[in-house]
Amino acid sequence: MDLAQAIAQPSVDWHALSPDIVLAAAACMVLIADLFLPEESKWLAMPLSAAGILGTLAAVVSLAGEHRTTLGGAVEIDTFALVFKGLFCVIGLIVLAMSFGYFRSGRYYQGEYYFLMLCSLLGGVVISSARELVTLFIALELISIPAIIMTALRKADVKSNEAALKFFLFSVLSTAVMLYGMSLVYGITGSTKLDEIRSSIASSADEPLVVLSVIFVVIGFAFKISAVPFHFWAPDTYEGAPSPVAAFLSTASKIGGFVGLLVLMFRAFPEVADTWRPAFAVLATLTMTVGNLIALRQQHIIRLLAYSGIAQSGYVLVTLALIDPTRPEANAQALESAIVYLAIYGIMDLGAFAAAVAFARKTGTYFLSDYAGLWRRSPVLATLMAGFLLSLAGTPPMAGAWAKLFVFAAAINSEVYWLAAVMGVNAVIAAWYYLAVVKRMFLDSPEVDEPIEVPYLLRATMGVAAFALLAVFIYPAFITSLADKSLL
Amino acid sequence: MNWVDDWALSLGTFLPAVGAAVLMFMPARSEKLVKGVGTLFAFLALVAGVVVLARFDFSNAGALQLQVNESWIPQINARYHIGIDGISLPLFVLSLLVSFLCTIYMWWHIPEPGKPKAFFALVLLLETGMTGCFVALDLILFFIFWELVLVPMYFMIGIWGGPRRAYAAVKFFLYTLFGSLFMLLGFLALYFTSDPRTFDMIELTRQGFGGSSELFQNLVFLGLFLGFAIKVPMWPFHTWLPDAHTEAPTVGSVLLAAIMLKMGTYGFIRISLPILPDAAITFAPAIGILAVIAIIYGALCCLAQTDLKRMIAFSSVGHMGFVMLGIATLTDIGINGAIFGMVAHGLITGMLFFLAGSIHERFHTRDIPALGGILQQMPKFGSLLVYSAIASLGLPGLAGFWGEMLALLGSYNPHPELNETLFRVLMVGGGIGTVLTAGYFMWMLQRVILGKVPDKFASGHGIFDVVRLEWYAWAPLLILIIAAGLYPKLVLGVTDGAVQTLLGALG
Repeated sequence: MDLAQAIAQPSVDWHALSPDIVLAAAACMVLIADLFLPEESKWLAMPLSAAGILGTLAAVVSLAGEHRTTLGGAVEIDTFALVFKGLFCVIGLIVLAMSFGYFRSGRYYQGEYYFLMLCSLLGGVVISSARELVTLFIALELISIPAIIMTALRKADVKSNEAALKFFLFSVLSTAVMLYGMSLVYGITGSTKLDEIRSSIASSADEPLVVLSVIFVVIGFAFKISAVPFHFWAPDTYEGAPSPVAAFLSTASKIGGFVGLLVLMFRAFPEVADTWRPAFAVLATLTMTVGNLIALRQQHIIRLLAYSGIAQSGYVLVTLALIDPTRPEANAQALESAIVYLAIYGIMDLGAFAAAVAFARKTGTYFLSDYAGLWRRSPVLATLMAGFLLSLAGTPPMAGAWAKLFVFAAAINSEVYWLAAVMGVNAVIAAWYYLAVVKRMFLDSPEVDEPIEVPYLLRATMGVAAFALLAVFIYPAFITSLADKSLL
Repeated sequence: MNWVDDWALSLGTFLPAVGAAVLMFMPARSEKLVKGVGTLFAFLALVAGVVVLARFDFSNAGALQLQVNESWIPQINARYHIGIDGISLPLFVLSLLVSFLCTIYMWWHIPEPGKPKAFFALVLLLETGMTGCFVALDLILFFIFWELVLVPMYFMIGIWGGPRRAYAAVKFFLYTLFGSLFMLLGFLALYFTSDPRTFDMIELTRQGFGGSSELFQNLVFLGLFLGFAIKVPMWPFHTWLPDAHTEAPTVGSVLLAAIMLKMGTYGFIRISLPILPDAAITFAPAIGILAVIAIIYGALCCLAQTDLKRMIAFSSVGHMGFVMLGIATLTDIGINGAIFGMVAHGLITGMLFFLAGSIHERFHTRDIPALGGILQQMPKFGSLLVYSAIASLGLPGLAGFWGEMLALLGSYNPHPELNETLFRVLMVGGGIGTVLTAGYFMWMLQRVILGKVPDKFASGHGIFDVVRLEWYAWAPLLILIIAAGLYPKLVLGVTDGAVQTLLGALG
């Protein structure tokens, strides 16, 4: 069935599409409701959005264990898709909790913000099940474009404007490059469906055009996931954006990029892996090392998290450098470790951002020097923040330890020992700067003794996130059993 | 009694962690309640330890008992596999006992900045990590427990420690993390080479790696060695130890010295030797040489110290050297001696750190030249210090003697594949070390215990003899020191069977 026919006579499996539809409907409802809400109750958009996301989550759960394809193969529901749809919903809920106080007290365009966020999240939900180039591309843009506007929401702030402009320009550039690569792929293979691309590209592995097209696509994605050397926009954008938006960019947007990349590399281009695998090895090494080294020097918590997030992307990129179609078992393990990493990363990174937001809400500062002695001022906040940072560093008793361990094990399993070694060295460098923050919070004495009250909603959210990380640490099969079933 | 057999080990391991979690949700205001709950959980864990003792079949100490083997992470075939045999039993019970005694001591004193809730929670978390290490039979499980001790210890040193606490805490953390990464690399290499793939220590021992290349075995052994040797610590990887021990609060030093160091030596005995016996024979001479260097170097450093706590820390380097020497002989006598040495060092050095801490509480200094005449001012306290110091230098009749004696005896007649001459030279080196050890302890006693009371403390203000809570916390240690010294079969009777099993793997 070719594409034109599929569009003319779609055989739509509505149940398979239900998560996307529910979320899209919720976004529209938020937009409409915002029109009629009086100024002082605009905040109602937030519970409405949360209800929408919960509905989406319910739709995801209702599909559990299913394997369906629809829209002529453009959309495929399998465990991989459901895991990431679920992850995006969880991320959405956490970001909502972070945003509530921030946007309510600042009175920034609350209705618009929640609408945009749901749209961006919808991009993530769609990309999880997209198995066709055009759908992938649209989903990816759906993530980025609302995010650009969200970044600029602090209209009066020059930094916010600068951040949005940088983000916009880089995003457009990367989109152009990626689209060019995708069009070349279509030109070579005559199809936009990943499975058909895979079978027809195998015969032309050595053609320079194939290499070029794949490299273009990869570069496009490299911008989205802020891999070195395509990372320059990220720290500035995160710093300038409203901090809940920065948290969103650092997790949802980045994971969206990774989902696209995983789907393409494992599903469409594995047969030509020999040509692009070294590129990922280099990209991963650079991203880990540069991200970590620059993070060592940061004095601003958001910038620190931005660079640490870059380094964390590097660990996931390692898994892409392990793809080898001749070794299905090693391949499966690489994919599994990538999924585990992304899922755990999403939660722990959001947790750290949430703690930074909570701190800034009361103190108005993002500088690390002001974190000194936080433990005396708010034991709860300091303990939670330390938990998230230690998880990012990969030390027990938090789930981050498993994330690192699984990628590490996958690298050794594929016999790419040098990448495992690079990762190990990076883990120690990273431990240094995460620990430096922990040290400041617990070991240094505070300049002011004034206690910090954490808003109830934020505290509950962080508590649940920390508990989840702890639970996954104790019983990682929660996540690994799902990842194990997520084949591409 | 099936239920008990299945759960006793897990309860002993995890009750403290549960206690830590309960403490987290308690209000910090009611200090008494916080302390009570913390102590209660440590006590319950100790009760579980006693149950383990009661259910342990001593006539069959060479076999793993009370095993639990449940699926945990099926994707990498890591299992929740725990069990106990004659090698781990003494260490398991020791760590439960010492942790409980620490919680008692904490009723008496918690250093600045107080905060008993957090302090108790960290001690309990630490206890779970340490005890877990001694019962884990799965490499991943072992690794997790191993890493679990890092974080609480880091905070304990960093928050409640001495003036250079931040430096010591970070050094401790990064040093150990560095070592454990190589250890993890070794574990993974074992996993991916085994067929069928497994992290199970018993299964790995059974499969054996005799078939794989010598280079592979040696590299893996080196990886594990780095992780364990840093923890022990062996010379030249010991530099984190004096800082960490000196800066840590009393309870932290006690737990570090009495239990955490044993995790390294235990790792050698439980993992390196049985799984990689050929590499163990290759590296045994090198380990022996490093061990003897540590013995002599540790003793010489002790002579140069003026801080009492730092001196005890360096004496640990020497004592752990004896343990490593015993292991390096790869003989029945040597390894039994090593395990005995681990237990004895745990009891004695734990006691010494308690005493050093209490001296600091009374005199607000640990500077050896500044102290003096303790026996006049506090006769009971002074006697305890003499008793522990003499036990530590290895006086026959007290626990310290047997570990050193057996290690030296073992090196007279090492494993047949090892160079006899070399080990006899090492034995002589170790013997010189014992003399130096006696020397620095006697010199310390002479300066601290005897002599005149310095003018500064002559008023006797704030100086009091052993208080009741100290007696409670110390009495079990004091009794066990002499019990194990007079009746070494208390420990050796348990360990020997398991060591025989172990040596069966070495051939």
